[in-house]
Amino acid sequence: MDHDSILKINDLKTYFKIDDQKVVKAVDGVSFEVPKGKTLGIVGESGSGKSITALSILQLLDEPGEIVGGEILFNGDNLIEKSIPEMRKIRGNQISMIFQEPMTSLNPVHTIGNQISETIDIHQKLSRTESKKKTIELLELVGIPSPEKRIKQYPFELSGGMRQRVMIAIALASNPELLIADEPTTALDVTIQAQILELIKDLQDQLGMSVMLITHDLGVVAETCDYVAVMYAGKVVEYSDVETLFEDPKHPYTVGLLNSLPRHDIKQEELTPIDGMVPSPFEMPVGCRFAPRCPHATDLCREKLPSLWELNKDQEVRCWIYTEEWDGDQEVKVSDSLNLA
Amino acid sequence: MMLKFIVRRLLQLVPVLIGVTFLVFIMLHITPGDPAEVLAGEGATVETIENINERLGLNEPLHQQYLSFLSNAVQFDFGTSWRTGREVSSEIAPRFFVTLELAIYSTILSVFLGVIAGVISAVRRYSLTDVTIMLVALFGLSMPNFWLGLMLMQWFAVKLDWLPATGWGSGSQVILPVIALGTAGAAIIARMTRSSMLEIISQDYIRTARAKGVTEKVVIYRHALRNAMIPVVTVVGLQFGYLLGGAVLTETVFAINGLGRLVVDRIASRDFPVIQASILVIASLFVFVNVLVDISYRILNKRIDLD
Amino acid sequence: MAVLKQEQKINLTTKKQHPRLRSMKDFYRKLKRNKAALVGGYLILFLTIVSLIGPYFLSNGINDVDYTARLQPPSAEYWLGTDQHGRDIFSRIIYGGQITLIVGFLSVALGGIVGVAIGIASGYYGGKIDTVIMRLMDILLAFPGILLALAIVSILGPDIVNVIYAVAIYSIPSFARIARGSTLSVKKLEYIDAVRGIGAGDFRILVRHVLPNVISPLIVQATLSIATAILTASGLSFLGLGAQPPSPEWGAMLNDGRGYMHDAGHIALFPGLAIVIAVLAFNLFGDGIRDALDPKSK
Repeated sequence: MDHDSILKINDLKTYFKIDDQKVVKAVDGVSFEVPKGKTLGIVGESGSGKSITALSILQLLDEPGEIVGGEILFNGDNLIEKSIPEMRKIRGNQISMIFQEPMTSLNPVHTIGNQISETIDIHQKLSRTESKKKTIELLELVGIPSPEKRIKQYPFELSGGMRQRVMIAIALASNPELLIADEPTTALDVTIQAQILELIKDLQDQLGMSVMLITHDLGVVAETCDYVAVMYAGKVVEYSDVETLFEDPKHPYTVGLLNSLPRHDIKQEELTPIDGMVPSPFEMPVGCRFAPRCPHATDLCREKLPSLWELNKDQEVRCWIYTEEWDGDQEVKVSDSLNLA
Repeated sequence: MMLKFIVRRLLQLVPVLIGVTFLVFIMLHITPGDPAEVLAGEGATVETIENINERLGLNEPLHQQYLSFLSNAVQFDFGTSWRTGREVSSEIAPRFFVTLELAIYSTILSVFLGVIAGVISAVRRYSLTDVTIMLVALFGLSMPNFWLGLMLMQWFAVKLDWLPATGWGSGSQVILPVIALGTAGAAIIARMTRSSMLEIISQDYIRTARAKGVTEKVVIYRHALRNAMIPVVTVVGLQFGYLLGGAVLTETVFAINGLGRLVVDRIASRDFPVIQASILVIASLFVFVNVLVDISYRILNKRIDLD
Repeated sequence: MAVLKQEQKINLTTKKQHPRLRSMKDFYRKLKRNKAALVGGYLILFLTIVSLIGPYFLSNGINDVDYTARLQPPSAEYWLGTDQHGRDIFSRIIYGGQITLIVGFLSVALGGIVGVAIGIASGYYGGKIDTVIMRLMDILLAFPGILLALAIVSILGPDIVNVIYAVAIYSIPSFARIARGSTLSVKKLEYIDAVRGIGAGDFRILVRHVLPNVISPLIVQATLSIATAILTASGLSFLGLGAQPPSPEWGAMLNDGRGYMHDAGHIALFPGLAIVIAVLAFNLFGDGIRDALDPKSK
């Protein structure tokens, strides 16, 4: 794929060494890119490695997580090779991140104002008054009423939705080129969810930044993303633009996800959950990681791991069905099993 | 809301203080042997004993005696010493301030040392430094303060002659007793700080701070430490009480004329008014300090609690 | 997948047959991996054995006074030297160990049993009983540290047996609080209602069903309490309010010998070290079992 990309991840591997024998390969050869000014959605079940991928980009992994291979190219610069002080200059400045839990992501003992201006003060040389002015502007920008009053308040005085707005304000403090949002709405009420997503979308248009949105909710993807990477068990299994993904999904797992999603745009026969469970990180299948749950799986699938093939300009898929070696039904069309009426 | 909590917490003090005064009061009466006989000394006549009983009101019904004990105690009137005949309150007052000083200095030392050691340990978790600090802390809290006092005295006063071995008042006299008394507290606070820091470091808002691009120093001191100190505050309050109690031993080792040493001296001569008054004063102070700590904990924790 | 299912099946069956076995095994496994617990456990074992059988191997008695050998430094004959009366410090420490361990175990056992009974009853019955008992515990806790023990000894008179009572009373509140807390959480469990449903009486429920469930935090508390008990008891003896001379109780030895410290440092050194080792052993072991019982630990 040839996009003008702000972020390009190649074969990223992030492992957690539990002890001498046990290693959890949370992210195991992930590749995707975030096109400039666009929104990439990363979709997958919990444990698929999507959050770890995000934390790897900013090198915010908790012990014993460690990047063991691959490249993270940000504007062509490999972030993995950066020193810690160099990374600090990027964090909160060129790349910002917001998290899933607004209730616990703000420090309870500091005021909202201080937590926002802290980011400004680190990355910009501004006077106290300028910094305060900017803080108030940011709160206005994220739609928090009476910001002059709010800057003196503590997190406990704000609702979850308001706190997530504060988190977004912190993230935007230095006009980042890339915003990573790790399930930003999962912990919020449904009505608030829509507002926050709308806010992110608006801000993106206004500020021209790129967004990487991590979610387990395909509905969110449909509404906000331009491109999608579907992750399963530490690997990307499908990457495409959002229309193609919903209209012509190629990977059986993507189809499974779509079938388990209630849709109001089309009539569905029924919601079908995917059979089986996500494999244990200690007992990964040798072949395709989805093979044990895949309705089309053959011996080839169970024995050999497929690579991520480029099907066309806008679609990549990790599945044997689309290769010369495919040993199953040559006529199979995966998207036929979409539950559409 | 906060005011209501403070008032309620202060009201809860009343039954506890009544209980404490009652226990202290009853000490004299559950002691084997007749107090008047003890006071009169051996070979006293029946009349003498009867006189004493009359004078001290020991013939009155128990509840009457308790009420007058309580009302006198509230006015800091604890009667006269059975041994010296002096007023108890004027006998214990100067001693009390010595003990208070000793306990306060030791608390300051233990908080200072404990917090620093605990933070270093947490930041360098599982390193040699961490293991060493935690081992030292374990020894520190396993050491009797009187023995530590004896050892310090032997080295720094007797062998090296750097510091005075006994007494209280001048700056150099303060050092050894405060180290002897404060070490165990420092050890406990270090352990507490470490575990509290480790818990805070894994919180989401620490990750937020890192995501902003702040340095690790700022993460530790600005974001983690303040939160980690909240549970430590409660321990400090308890610690202050233990130090008040432990002062008995330290004062004995360093021949400091504090309240604790006074109690020990007077136990031998069964000088109950002094013993009762001293114990009552220390216990009441401890109860008050704990309420203060409770309230400050509540204020500190307000931001987290009201979620 | 098939493998996993089989494993689950096995787990289920063992669970049914031995409801607590798995967790006990797990506990031992964690305990064995915990170095602190191991060191502490072996130290306790060592101290117990030495103080029990040690006296049979000693050639010097505890009160063999020899004024020709006063204040001797450690030597081949007197391993830890002699005191101001020419008594062998090593022998005295070994005998003193018996006193220390007996005082530690007895006082904690006594205080523990009373405290647990009070705490369980308080938590189980709740209401007014609970309020009154817990207020009483608050009152006991108002006397900080050694002060309560001091008050009790001043009533009962200076004697090692009275120290046991004093330390026992002093450790009641912490046991009561823990037992009450655990009882409250167990009481909420459904199976207690079920047991009551089949007609079990209160006493039976408390002893058979509540007690086993609150036992593990109590074991930790007991171990750590022994450490505190040893410190408190030796402190009281040091003040001259516990074991009386010529008893070889360690605190009493320190009190007895501290006047001679200037001439012979070893007199104050060794009995104190003995206290440190004993207290350290119980602290290590207590920390270790707490970690092993912590469901958060691996």
